[in-house]
Amino acid sequence: MNWESLKSSVEGLQTRGENLQLKIRGLRRRLTLLLAVVGPGLITSNVDNDAGGIAVYSQAGAQYGYALLWALIPMTIALYVTEEMCARMGVITGKGLSDLIREEFGFRPTFFVMITGFFVDLANVVAEFAGVAASMEMFHVSRYISVPIAAILVWVLVLRGTYRQVEVIFLIACGFYVTYIISALLAKPDWLEAAKHVVIPNLHFESGYFLTLTALVGTTIAPWQFFYLQAGFVEKKVGPRQYPQARADVLVGSISCMVIVFFIIVATAATLYVHGQRNVTDAVQAAQALIPLAGKWAGFTFAFGFLNASLFAASILPLSTAHVICEGLGFEAGIDHKFKDAKIFYGLYTLLIAVGAGIILIPHMPIWKIFIFSQVGNGIWLPIVIIFILLLVNRRDLMGEHVNTLTFNIVAWVTSIAMIILTLVLVYTSLFQAAPLPGG
Amino acid sequence: MELYATELMGAEAYDAQGNFVGRVREFFIEPAQATNRLSHFLLSRGRFQPLIARHDQVATFAPGTMRLNVSERALQLYEPNESLLAVRKDLMDQQIIDTRGRKVVRVNDVDLTEMKSNGNVELRVTQVDVGLPGAVRRLLQGVISPGMIRKLQSKLPQSAIRWEFVNLIESDPLRRVKLRITHEKLEDLHPADLAEIIEDLSAAERQGIIASLDEETAAAVLAELDERLTTQIVEKLDPEKAADILEEMAPDAAADLLADLPKETSEELLEEMPGQEADEVRELLAFDPSTAGGMMNTEYVFVGEGSRREEVLAWIRTLELNLDQLDTIVLLDGKAEYSGTVSVASLLLAAPEQRMSELRSEPLLSIAADADEKDVFELFDKYNLRMLTVVDGERRPIGTVTVDDVVSRLVKK
Repeated sequence: MNWESLKSSVEGLQTRGENLQLKIRGLRRRLTLLLAVVGPGLITSNVDNDAGGIAVYSQAGAQYGYALLWALIPMTIALYVTEEMCARMGVITGKGLSDLIREEFGFRPTFFVMITGFFVDLANVVAEFAGVAASMEMFHVSRYISVPIAAILVWVLVLRGTYRQVEVIFLIACGFYVTYIISALLAKPDWLEAAKHVVIPNLHFESGYFLTLTALVGTTIAPWQFFYLQAGFVEKKVGPRQYPQARADVLVGSISCMVIVFFIIVATAATLYVHGQRNVTDAVQAAQALIPLAGKWAGFTFAFGFLNASLFAASILPLSTAHVICEGLGFEAGIDHKFKDAKIFYGLYTLLIAVGAGIILIPHMPIWKIFIFSQVGNGIWLPIVIIFILLLVNRRDLMGEHVNTLTFNIVAWVTSIAMIILTLVLVYTSLFQAAPLPGG
Repeated sequence: MELYATELMGAEAYDAQGNFVGRVREFFIEPAQATNRLSHFLLSRGRFQPLIARHDQVATFAPGTMRLNVSERALQLYEPNESLLAVRKDLMDQQIIDTRGRKVVRVNDVDLTEMKSNGNVELRVTQVDVGLPGAVRRLLQGVISPGMIRKLQSKLPQSAIRWEFVNLIESDPLRRVKLRITHEKLEDLHPADLAEIIEDLSAAERQGIIASLDEETAAAVLAELDERLTTQIVEKLDPEKAADILEEMAPDAAADLLADLPKETSEELLEEMPGQEADEVRELLAFDPSTAGGMMNTEYVFVGEGSRREEVLAWIRTLELNLDQLDTIVLLDGKAEYSGTVSVASLLLAAPEQRMSELRSEPLLSIAADADEKDVFELFDKYNLRMLTVVDGERRPIGTVTVDDVVSRLVKK
């Protein structure tokens, strides 16, 4: 070995090291660029799997096994198509959905959309706190302890945090949905069978089957999420140049949401359905039934996932609602404002949490009536909101070249009409069926 | 008498003979003529083409009715006109800037007042309503009688902005010129306040405001804005205008901004900038943003350590300086190497003949350009610094990091 070759090999290593450093720097830069955008889509889609949603998924799995899994792919598309329009509007116009409704349709329509939204969301908040109460009772914690603690936790989180901190906590909450994957693995399902059912529709021509299918769609796509999603991108100041990242965020969110739904249905299908325990009406019942069939951990992870989902939605819903109402009616809104600058915003936020949690604590309160109210409310509110979205996203003076293309419009209108019909069916059955449907 | 735009919207219009003409669907202000007078009223007539009534053709107003002093035949047909400000379309429900309250607000209603002149009545805009009374009026108009609404709203807390403090937001530059919208009032605001206002607006509106500000104000506002927005704005600006604005910024702020832009855009802007400024910025761009070199500013005052106070003051007077930034002076020794700093406070109290070397601050601190920003923060914290000199490999000063750079970095973390 001579010095020359040693020197050149050292130099070679050095340049390689430098190249690597440059590459890492480039990668880090791209990652920060992505992270600057990611969030709203992922959070919104995951929060769709809230207390009411999980109840319906458990029921779908327990009652029909894998037979409803085929619905997940069309649901992913519907979720993506509708959410993408809001993301695009937020990124291109830099305005929230309620801002746009106000500016383009005037005060009165906005006011009615907002006031409906307030009551529907309030009912949803009640449903989330009911989820907290039920899941904690499985861990032998009384609701009179768990619900007030949860309410205070949620309230402080938003009051004390900045938008970024809150978002990070929400993203962590998204991560906890992994518990459903664990409980599905512990349930030892027939994966091949499940995969087959995802691709091949398996229709049962009976009313219960269609009702559950309707509930599946109805609970997954909730009207308030569009406001939250759009406001999220506006508040993150995502500009047109970052639109591809925003769209990726929405796409990944929609898919991850449906992946979780898949695992929930699989977990209950592989256990409850297979063993003939097909009449579960809520998620906690499903979790309890999992314990003798798939072990303690399967049940506990399932219940923990339910707690996480309820808590997560209970933090986002009041926040989103207060934000939307203030934005539309022209009051200061957003958690980056101080309390004295945005009294109405914080007032509404506090009211939603206090009333939402308070109702759960009233003894002998018929909670299922509130579930039905929230379901009916969502059903009435959804068509209105979707039609506003479709009208706005096609306005060339607002969106410029980013209006829907003809193909996208066809897909969007078909999806929207299908969703509207399904939710209206859900409203009808909720109102006129003797037995209450699960979930909110 | 006081009147509200909501009460006038949908009012029935009658001509001089008492014949019904149509309903008021919109009214306009012609800013080129009078900034606050309602100049034209659009009267819709169902399936017929709408008519326009000029302000001098109106005899009286009352909530729900309007009487003209001419016959219907004297009215002209309506034709769209970009230089008219439409109260309903351009003002109601839209966001405006309250230049006195320094924030962005949404218009609920427009308050009008009657001014009688010979033979006709004019309406003038007095203020825009951004509070509850306007909201209640919008909601209940046509549901209960105007009298009831007025009684109800008198009990509500008022929140209105006088018309002269209203700054309209229009993102189309041509329309802005036609409507005589200037941003002079905005230029009087503190750049930090203006930056906060701009953050509340949509992308197109932001663009419109920055493009119409003078370069100096625009530079000051950009320096205060959230960096995600700064890059979005600069990218969309006309390169020449962007370069002019960058020129007005401190080199370190300009370098930070350019570092966030795509390579081609930043090169293009540097090409547009005059040679000396561009070189300064290029030098700064060579440093990693998370080092002392990436934080520093290259505009600072340096003098020889042997010079006297009087000489130094005379020298400073000849420089064009940003006085906010001047609180420390860098000293050089005979070999042009860094030899310490003198604070402006000790310069102020020194005798005219005192030499800089006697006024030197203790301890003698400096930092290498490639040192990590964390080391910079630690030095500032430990020695309560307001400024720290950055030196190159030969101990020559190449820039300074000031406390405001440190604070804004720490806040971002």
